[in-house]
Formats: sequence, structure tokens, C-alpha cells
Amino acid sequence: MADDMSDRPHPFEPPDEELVAFGDGAVPGRPAGVPSSYDRGKSPRWTPEAIAEAHAVAQLGRYQIRGFSTFNTCFPTLDDLVFVPATMTRLPLEGYRESCDTKTVLGDRPGLVERPIELDIPIYIASMSFGALSASAKAALGHGASKVGTMTCTGEGGMLEDEREASKILVYQMTPSRYMLDLDHLRMADGIEIVVGQGAKPGTGGVLLGMKIPERVANMRTLPVGVDQRSTVRHPDFLGADDLKVKIEELREATGYRIPIFVKMGATRPRWDVAIAAKAGADVIVLDGAEGGTGASPELLLDHTGIPTMSAIPAAREALEEAGLADEVKLVAAGGIRSGADAAKCLALGADCVMIGFAALMALGCNSPRYLEDYEALGTSPGRCHHCHTGRCPVGITTQDPELERRMDVAAGAERVARLLTAWTMEISLLAKACGKSSVHNLEKEDLRALSLEASAFTGVPLAGIDRPYSW
Amino acid sequence: MAEVAYVEVGDRPIREVNAAIRAAVAEGRDVVVTNTLSRHNLGIGLPHGARVRFEGSVGYYCGGLNNGAQLEITRDAGWGLGEAMAAGEILVEGYVGMSAGASMRGGLIHIRGDAGPRCGVAMKGGDIIVEGRIGYLSGFMAHAGRIIALGGAGDACADSLWGGEVWVAGPIASLGVDTRVVEPDPSEVEAVEKLLASRGLEDSGRDWRKIVSAQKLWYFDSRDSRAWLMI
Repeated sequence: MADDMSDRPHPFEPPDEELVAFGDGAVPGRPAGVPSSYDRGKSPRWTPEAIAEAHAVAQLGRYQIRGFSTFNTCFPTLDDLVFVPATMTRLPLEGYRESCDTKTVLGDRPGLVERPIELDIPIYIASMSFGALSASAKAALGHGASKVGTMTCTGEGGMLEDEREASKILVYQMTPSRYMLDLDHLRMADGIEIVVGQGAKPGTGGVLLGMKIPERVANMRTLPVGVDQRSTVRHPDFLGADDLKVKIEELREATGYRIPIFVKMGATRPRWDVAIAAKAGADVIVLDGAEGGTGASPELLLDHTGIPTMSAIPAAREALEEAGLADEVKLVAAGGIRSGADAAKCLALGADCVMIGFAALMALGCNSPRYLEDYEALGTSPGRCHHCHTGRCPVGITTQDPELERRMDVAAGAERVARLLTAWTMEISLLAKACGKSSVHNLEKEDLRALSLEASAFTGVPLAGIDRPYSW
Repeated sequence: MAEVAYVEVGDRPIREVNAAIRAAVAEGRDVVVTNTLSRHNLGIGLPHGARVRFEGSVGYYCGGLNNGAQLEITRDAGWGLGEAMAAGEILVEGYVGMSAGASMRGGLIHIRGDAGPRCGVAMKGGDIIVEGRIGYLSGFMAHAGRIIALGGAGDACADSLWGGEVWVAGPIASLGVDTRVVEPDPSEVEAVEKLLASRGLEDSGRDWRKIVSAQKLWYFDSRDSRAWLMI
């Protein structure tokens, strides 16, 4: 009854329906003011991207594969944290003049490893395979890293001569697929990284599509030319933590206890995973957050698996401390680090060193606005290209096509990588000095404040203003 | 001929044991390793020309990363026997656990007893001869090389092979995904029989099944370069 108001006294005759519907002055047949739900759109659920994805898989009948890193917009960024430099409670160092130690030592468990890795800067180049990258790109990364006293890592495709020659310090990556695993290569390496997972697609093996498997890559991996390589994720000869411990001992035996053993993992349950790897005997743990990049991955794994780098580092640091191994096992953080400020925040959150992948590729020219017609041919443009998986990299980095590869000048690329690493190191030490630290490794969580509840809750960093971490 | 060197394992640190083996090998001596107690990581990364006999059972990764040594194990071996070996020969008189010859690239592993699961997993070359039976998922994602089992095979035999061959005489519990049983050429049979004869395993009456990759997993389904490029 409440809805029926027609019996109440009312001074007007019923008005013209046409006028009620804003009909005056409207386009005939389409009263103004009643919005079309079609035009309105903007479903927060069925976004244009979600609709396009449904259309795409309905055509393909399979999940999509692409390169680059997560497009999930819910990931927090390190921009949610700011440094709180020295003011009255602390004394800053002269940012433009005083020195700040940037030397970084990995694998210096007391009395175990003969040759710990000594880097001049707290940044090194992540493992990216020859296959995912061209040989020239690998060489350029090696030369660039060597120029500023840091290192590179082979990636899963075995040790490339070009990279061994270019990199003064080179870590050999041992993935589950064990492509071209060779004793002599292990002995030529300065460290071995056992991969149990990666940030871009934790729990799943690598992907290298046929377009990127010409003869040289195929031979190194003992694969037929042009197959779509989808690698294993489980190691063939160890399963759990107890076996990993034996495996680490085997690698030490094979290399005469000379070089450190790294264990690389995607960030999923770092509080436990890191403790287990440390107790299994790893000298260095590489923790790759979900923002980590890749040359190719099922897209859904990029967007829907793993936890943010920012949240993983403090958890890992806590795990090492709880295990009583904080002074023995070094922690390397990776995944979506875009600047010296990002790197400094990772160090402050508890990392001993950071590892960069796509940032170094950017220095080589990834997504630079050249050869525009080739971006267009891929249906993309500079600044948003993520087509590493196709092997048609317009700037010649993630390709095996000799013609495209020539677009990346090794010397110029190496120079830009060296300059980026130099600039970032300056940025890190500038922040460290502002915070009153004479070593970048003295940056600590207390030097940070969170700008969002989320960032505070993820990291335990105090919220700006009230100076307490958000907690339940 | 230099005198045989004896190296006792017992409860000594494995680093010390391996150093003693390598030192004796460097002197050009044959080595007999005693009281092995199934210890892990014995004889890792030994060079071409080394000749080592392990008297007893060994644990994980014995002969791992073998670079050309000739090894003999008088009893049983644990996981990852001869993993990633590039060359050389390993003879096991007894039984072997999981993942024998994992990702090996060359050389020969000869097992007199049965082999556990994932024998020859991720193998990239060389030969594995098993006189007994090979366990489930043997040859999983192998790239190249030959696994020869005289006493049959467990479930999911040769699962997801990239390449390589699994030869089985005797019953196969089940075939793995993407496999194809093919009729071997007489010349191939001859080569396999010749290899076996060189190991003292002559027998002309074997009923061989040769399993190779069906190559359906070589390419991602619905392969379409236009679609790949536009993703």
C-alpha cells in the first residue's frame, strides 16, 4: 500500500508522459535522461579487458602466453613506502660528498666457501637464459655488469661462451630441466643457483616457444629445433628439503667447496620456504616476488600467483633471524624493482642485495621508441610491449632472429647497463646517507614509513604519522 | 701398474673420503672404496681415466657429474646414481633407487637388478641398461639417449619424452602420455643387442618394444603463429 500514493491530495492533473520522460528537446524515440545500460557499461567485473580475455580464449581454446610481468593492478608498489631521513634523532651524512660503502658479499658463511662473491654494488643482473635473450643481449649484460663490478647469472639454457667471457663474475643457474648441465661449466662458474621456483610463475617450469629455438639454442638444450619448450618444474633427482641438503653437498663436492650455492625461489610462503632453504645449507637465498619478469609464461600465472616482493622480504628476514642464520645466509630480493629508490627500499626491508631483470633490459633498449612499425606488427607500441614470447622483439633483445639481434649494439647496450647500475647505486647511497648510514647495508625498516594501511600491513613498516605498524 | 688404493668410508666426513679418492685417482691408481655404509655423494665429478670400485651399497648421487670415470658398485645405490654424467661407465651389481642417470648426457649406466622410478628422467644422451625392471615414469621428459630394460617397465613408461628411446623386453605396466610404440629396424635391434652382448648379455630371443615420443606435446595445442603474435 505504501507504494500507492495516488489517493493523496495533489494540485495537478496528470502531466504529459512525454514531458516526464524529458521528451522536450530530446532526440525522437530516445527520451533524454534514462541512461542506456549499454552505454553506461563500466562493469567493475566485466571490464573491457575481461571481455577481451573471454573472447580470446574462446577463439584459441587454450590459455594465453606472454612475456613481461604481472598486470594485476592490486599489487602494492614500493611507492607506498617512503624513507624518513635523519633529522633530530639521527645525523645525516653529506649526500653529495661523504662516502657510503656499497660493497656486497654473498656466500660468506664462516669457514665454508673458499671464494665468496664480492660485488662492488648491491645490485646484480638476474638469470635470463640464452634463448629467452639473444647472445648479444647476454654479452652486453655481462660486459655492463663487469664494468661496474657486479655479476650476471646464466639462466636455464646452459652456460653461453659469450657470457662467460663477458662476465667477470658469473653464477651458473641449475634449473630442474638441467639443459646442458656440464661439470666443467659448474667449475668455471663463480656460484651455482639451484632454482626451485621463480616469481613470475612459481610452481611451474619455464617456457620457450619454438620461434626462439633455432639450432644453437636447440643444441644447448638437446631439443628439436622449433619445439615449444615447456620445462619441468620438479628437479629430476631431489624432491624435498632433506634431499636438497644432499644435493647442495654434491654440488660443493663437484666444485671443491670453492663457490657459494644459491637457492632461488618464487615468493609464496617465504616465512617457511626461506627457513627450509637456509637450513638445507644454501649460502644465498634469492627471493623472487610475484612482480618478477619472464620471457614467456602462461598469462594467468603472471597475474594470479605469488605474493608481492615488498611483503616477501620482511617475512624472509624474520625467517632467517628465527632460524639463527641471519648472519650466515644472505638474502637477495628480486621482482619488479624499477629504480634505485625501489632497490634501497628492498635493502631497508631486509635484503642484502637486489637482482634486476627487466630494468637491465630497459637499459638495453626494451620498449624504447624505435622501429615503430615492428611494434605495430605485434599489435603493440613502445611503453607497453610485452611480446618477448614471440621472439620478434623490435629492439633485438628477446629474439633469436639475427636481423633483429643486430639492432642491439653490444658496446652501447653494455654502456647503458653500466650507467643504469651506477645511477641506481648513487641513488641507493644518496638515500642511505640521508638516513645517516655509512653503508647501504645499514638501511633498516626503521628508516621507512608506510603511506598506506596495506603497505604497512604487508611489511610491518610503521604507518606515517602514528609511527606504529598497522596490525590486528 | 700402480698399487690399488683402499679408501675407507665409515663415518668419516664425505669431503675427506672424496678427497682421498681423487688423490689416489690423480696418482693413477685404481681405487677400492670400502665400508660404504650407503653414504651419500660418493665419487662426485670424477675424471676420465679414474677406476673406482665401491664395495657395498651407496647413497644418493654416487658417480654424479661423472666426467669419464669407470665406477662399480658391488651392492645397491640410492637416488640420482650418475646424475648429469657426461661420459664414463657405472656398473651396479644390485638394485638402484629413484632417478638413476637423471639428466645424463653421455656414457653408460649398467644396473644388474631393478631400477626405481624415473630411471633416465630428463636424460640427454648415453645409455642405461637395466637387467631387471624399470620403475614408473622411467624416461620422463628425456631428450635423447637410450634406456634399455630387460625385465619390463612400471606405469607411465616413457612419459612425455621429448626424444630418445626406451627399449623394453618384458611386460610394460602402462605407457606414459605422448608415447608411441614403434617396430624397431633390424639395424637398431642389432645395435642394441651388440651393446648388450658387450656387457655379457647375449640373448637372441628378446621381444623388444621400442617406445619413442609421439611428438604431440612438442607443440602447444592450437599452434597458430598469428594468434601468438597478437596476444
